[in-house]
Amino acid sequence: MTDEFEPRIVAFLCKWCSSAGSDLAGVSRMEYPSNVLPITVMCSGSVSPLYIFSAFNKGADGVLVSGCHPGDCHYLKGNYYARRRIALVKKLLEFIGLEPQRFQMSWVSAAEGKKYTQVIKDFVKEIKPLGPQTKLRRNQ
Amino acid sequence: MKKRTGVFVCHCGINIAGTVDVKKVTEELSKHPGVVHSEDYIYMCSDPGQNLIIDAIKEKNLDKVVVACCSPTLHETTFRNTIKSAGLNTFQCEIANIREQCSWVHKDMEKATEKAIKISKSTVERVLRNESLDPISIPVTRRALVIGGGIAGIQSALDLANSDFEVVLVERSPSIGGHMIQLSETFPTLDCSQCILTPKMVEVSKHPNIKLMTFSEVQEISGYIGNFKVKILKKPTYVDPDKCTLCDECTKVCPVVVPNEFDLGLTGRRAIYIPFPQAIPATYILDINSCPGLLPIACGKCADVCEPNAIDFDMKPEIIEEEVGAIIVASGYDQYDKELMAEYGYGKYPDVLDGLQFERLLSASGPTMGKILRPSDHKEPKEVVFIQCVGSRDPELHCEYCSKICCMYTAKHAMLYKHHVHDGQAYVFYIDIRSGGKGYEEFVQRAVEEDGVLYLRGKVSKVFEDKEKLKVWGIDTLIGKDIEIDADMVVLAMATRPSNGAEELARKLKIALDKDGFLAEAHPKLRPVESVTSGMFLAGAAQAPKDIPEAVAQASGAAAKAISILCQERLYHAPTVANVNINLCTGCGMCVDVCPYDALSLKNGKAEVNEVLCEGCGTCSATCLRAAIQVKNITPLQVHEMINACLGG
Repeated sequence: MTDEFEPRIVAFLCKWCSSAGSDLAGVSRMEYPSNVLPITVMCSGSVSPLYIFSAFNKGADGVLVSGCHPGDCHYLKGNYYARRRIALVKKLLEFIGLEPQRFQMSWVSAAEGKKYTQVIKDFVKEIKPLGPQTKLRRNQ
Repeated sequence: MKKRTGVFVCHCGINIAGTVDVKKVTEELSKHPGVVHSEDYIYMCSDPGQNLIIDAIKEKNLDKVVVACCSPTLHETTFRNTIKSAGLNTFQCEIANIREQCSWVHKDMEKATEKAIKISKSTVERVLRNESLDPISIPVTRRALVIGGGIAGIQSALDLANSDFEVVLVERSPSIGGHMIQLSETFPTLDCSQCILTPKMVEVSKHPNIKLMTFSEVQEISGYIGNFKVKILKKPTYVDPDKCTLCDECTKVCPVVVPNEFDLGLTGRRAIYIPFPQAIPATYILDINSCPGLLPIACGKCADVCEPNAIDFDMKPEIIEEEVGAIIVASGYDQYDKELMAEYGYGKYPDVLDGLQFERLLSASGPTMGKILRPSDHKEPKEVVFIQCVGSRDPELHCEYCSKICCMYTAKHAMLYKHHVHDGQAYVFYIDIRSGGKGYEEFVQRAVEEDGVLYLRGKVSKVFEDKEKLKVWGIDTLIGKDIEIDADMVVLAMATRPSNGAEELARKLKIALDKDGFLAEAHPKLRPVESVTSGMFLAGAAQAPKDIPEAVAQASGAAAKAISILCQERLYHAPTVANVNINLCTGCGMCVDVCPYDALSLKNGKAEVNEVLCEGCGTCSATCLRAAIQVKNITPLQVHEMINACLGG
């Protein structure tokens, strides 16, 4: 292990698009950083703000929520709710002083393995210079 | 309650073991609280691998299983069935995806192993809190609804009816037949369209299993797969089809003449009329919008001459309720609005026609009995320009997509024109010729070689009248020259777009539309006839522009899919649905508002889940301020514990 800071990222992936997209990245053997820990949920609309706070509380350096593209939600409109909810959470996190780069949302379809890879690469690259997240971390 | 989890780590040959230290994963997991057994094996999905799991369940008295292997989309069912055969509930098995989401995308063994351990631990945390569930069983109403009476709807209805299922076929216009009945000949064989369609129409009308409802529209749909309730509006035709003898006395006295929709305005019809001679059902109808008045005092001439007293001015709209188990949507297509193509002068010049109008001119039953004559002066046109891609493949101004059928029907139009007018010349302006299909390329070549149709690659910029001719300004991009043709007639291959009202219908059915407004299929490759709503299927040009053979094939596919539901006594629904803790629920109703499936309602001030409608998306659970509603087996507690495990406890 090098001494370089390795951020820990929790990624909430919807089952139908983004998780399938990350599977496709795997099937296509597209390499990306191992910093991301995937948690598959049914829909991006089921990601409660509490999940995001919980991840930051427990020491995540970044949190990603990824769902189907707007209009393509497997559950018709779950990702619209996610989009609004996440915009609010993002504002709140910025308000309390968390670097905005640490929390992102992306739209990755089941056919977009390459995009998923890119999202993770960019995310890791953006967070690395920020160092560990301490703002919301408990039991530090 | 005992919690005895077994963890099974698969090598997948070297697919996983090549990058992940499976021994270390196995060892680390054995130390995790709640895990009493862990082992690795080269191929867990093989029979010996599955037997390892079964033996371990029996020997170690396991009650929960995690298999760390490939994506759950591949072997979740396999392993759930494995533990079922060892006597456990299928929901006590979860898959940790350490292949697609780990070993295949990382190269550093240390980091990949660390990640695989975390993924596996988080999966253990999830399964530790899984409930045992049984699929929700629902009875099936063994009848189907087909919306749309074109060739696709007819084919679906016949396939279902011939498989001995009752079918309700709803068509909004007065007769079934759709656009296909308007066509003259069909490519590439030049079969007469009416000759091949009318036998099917007759079969529909005589079939004991088909309840045909024309001049009717679906008004409301509720329910779910296996059990839909449909309200159908039956509009009044003011003629009793059982009494009408088709004597045609009424039209002789009707004083009104309006454009005939069937001939796209090339001829006129009376206010009381039969859409076309072979109409099914065979009856006249009274068009209330053009009739001078339903009060006999206003006119009533038709009723006076009707011997069998078939005309009933007091007929009222009816709402008919039907119960069905599956729905096929075959709402078809319409031509792109010609008014949006002003540069080609449609509507301004009578000799600029659209593709369907030209079909009527060609048709033996058409306004000219198959003679090609100009609508303006009834002279035979000697120079005819056909323009392809009118509105199609034009992302800036019109439709982005290719309408698919126009290359072929334009070749057919040009060829048939030459068959009628031997000394005439046909020009076709095209962008590309797309003639994929059995016998299609040969057909286009035949038009060029045998019938001398002149193909010009390029677009037309303007059509305008000049001394009794239609001047067509275009460009031939192959020679890079402007082209000017003095034409006698111009035929526009209009873009195909979803039929009028498709959007409203989709909203009623809660099925999605694609970016162009066509009905969206559940998966573009693997589920092409299913809609995103279970129990509803798509057929024909409602889903995308398609020709007759494709529409028929999809219609039969949709019927087969519907039959796979209807042939079952009962259906099973995933039991991972929302669940309300009524002690926490305050009855605020926010979950009810966000549910995409109307599965939630308030009852006695508390939210209540209709488990059959619920798809388990969890939008309600993220909305609830008090965590009173949760989806079974992916509860907030489970997610929190998974986050914990992912971040190293």
